[in-house]
Amino acid sequence: MSERRSLLFGVMGEFSTPEDLLAATKKAREAGYKHIEAYTPFPIEGLSDAVGFRGFRSNLVALLTLVGGVGGGLTGFGLQYWVAAIAYPINIGGRPLNSWPAFIPVTFELTVLGASIFAVFSMLALNKLPQPYHPVFNVERFSHASTDKFFLCIEARDAKFDLVESSKFLQSLHAQHVNEVKDEE
Amino acid sequence: MPGGHELEPWIEPGHTYASVTDKISSAVLTRPLGIGWLLGFGFLFSIVMVLNLAIGWLFMKGVGIWGINIPIGWGFAIVNFVWWIGIGHAGTLISAILYLLNQKWRTSINRFAEAMTLFAVACAGLFPLIHTGRPWMAYYMFPYPSTMGIWPQFRSPLIWDVFAVSTYGTVSLLFWFVGLLPDLATLRDRAKQRWQQVIFGMLSMGWRGSARHWHRYQVAYLLLAGLATPLVLSVHTVVSFDFATGIVPGWHTTIFPPYFVAGAIYSGFAMVLTLAIPMRKAYGMEGFITLRHLEQMAKVMLATGLIVAYGYFIEFFMAFYSGNKFDVFLAKQRLHGPYAPFYYALILCNILTPQLLWFKKVRRNIPALFVMSLIINIGMWLERFVIVVISLTRDFMPSAWGRYSATVWDYATFVGTLGLFTMLIFLFVRGLPAIAISEMRELVHQESHGDEGHQ
Repeated sequence: MSERRSLLFGVMGEFSTPEDLLAATKKAREAGYKHIEAYTPFPIEGLSDAVGFRGFRSNLVALLTLVGGVGGGLTGFGLQYWVAAIAYPINIGGRPLNSWPAFIPVTFELTVLGASIFAVFSMLALNKLPQPYHPVFNVERFSHASTDKFFLCIEARDAKFDLVESSKFLQSLHAQHVNEVKDEE
Repeated sequence: MPGGHELEPWIEPGHTYASVTDKISSAVLTRPLGIGWLLGFGFLFSIVMVLNLAIGWLFMKGVGIWGINIPIGWGFAIVNFVWWIGIGHAGTLISAILYLLNQKWRTSINRFAEAMTLFAVACAGLFPLIHTGRPWMAYYMFPYPSTMGIWPQFRSPLIWDVFAVSTYGTVSLLFWFVGLLPDLATLRDRAKQRWQQVIFGMLSMGWRGSARHWHRYQVAYLLLAGLATPLVLSVHTVVSFDFATGIVPGWHTTIFPPYFVAGAIYSGFAMVLTLAIPMRKAYGMEGFITLRHLEQMAKVMLATGLIVAYGYFIEFFMAFYSGNKFDVFLAKQRLHGPYAPFYYALILCNILTPQLLWFKKVRRNIPALFVMSLIINIGMWLERFVIVVISLTRDFMPSAWGRYSATVWDYATFVGTLGLFTMLIFLFVRGLPAIAISEMRELVHQESHGDEGHQ
């Protein structure tokens, strides 16, 4: 029987209120931890900033949505222009072939469609979803992260990480349970 | 009332993150199937079989089994299409526009209003499809490089409709799914049975609720709300273009887009009330969908109802002000023609009855609200009937006049879609969380802000 190798992903502390978690996250950043992540049952204002998720990367979903919208709109108008003026020109009541005001509704709809699809799928892709396995799910208490508890994880890849020290640090922030997060390989 | 009087909270006091999660998720995970649900589902399923029969017979025989004939090519099919798509609009209004306006009361009603949107759009989409006569050729409406070398006519509002409705359906589905994602993760984590864990595990895609997840999620959700807002306005505008760009008297009017959109929201809120009132009772959700929510929806109905009333008035005014004799004649036909009873019923349902909503007593009387929501739904259906049928039976030349009456197959199809819609709602309330759980937790957090620790 080969023993499954266990790697250490990090240590995780549990908190009861969003305020405690937010304060702890800020302190962890101040203490110099870079690779930290917070897990919550609902979005908490300022938390993504506190874990260090800011700047260009945090705006990528919005940028890609813009790309999708512009792309959808250009596709919509281009398609109609090409169809009506080049591929299948028919005279409708003597109107010009490029009767652009009539093309606005479809252009608008495809703009919205392109932007929406990009918004949703860029959100999923950048969040690396679908992702059925993640080490944090190995922590038994973590099932509360989708109900009523708030978690802060200091990841082992952090340069400052040390199992004993980091666990103590989380305890000093009044985390209720501090668990090792195991990764299986 | 002079002085400050406390508003009731949007959620029953005393709820915690865990209690809202428990309450909503148990309806999906642990509550046994009751006899009431089973009987209701069985009944609705049989109605859906009526729909199958009606559509099967239609496919065999063609649209001649309906009451349509020249000059009335657009009978029940178009009336029902416009009615259903309008009902869907309240769902998007609640989930998108009220989100942008930061209205807390949307939180406990947005999820099932969005589900209602999806199911209503599905019912709506069915009608133009089967009305085409050869529905197996429906893909002709989409631009694709066919061997015949022909392309859709993009100057036609009917093609705009194809794009508007299919975009609307797609975006509503995406919006709904994004909203569901964290709740599916909640169900995954709380499920006790293996099959539930597997199903919700797959649907939730491994959502962990990390700060980075939530950040991107909120950006995407906000952008979707911003995109769905003009979309929902455009959809019923385009639907109204189907009429307004034609020259038929009674259709060729610029008031149509705004008054169609207002009417859509009006009927949609009526349908939300029709569904919410029995649901909150059956599942004990009175603490989440409070009387104040119902009152708020009644206010929206009153406001949109007044816009609709204004639309009816302007239609009449413009007919006479324009001096166009066909328009004047049509306006008089509405009052004195063969379909006048429908018009008076419409005024009664859509304009007169809802004036009772000015009274707080009525807005807070649940049976009265329920009855009124049904009356408004009937009224909005009559509105579309009046628009479609009176104009088509009384256009320019008396030699082109006609009469329209629906056949049993028209009624069977319409009743069938009502059954389909309600059956899908029945499945939805047992299969997915009918109230957005993560948003309710956020609401608990906001409402208790400043309080001492809560679980």
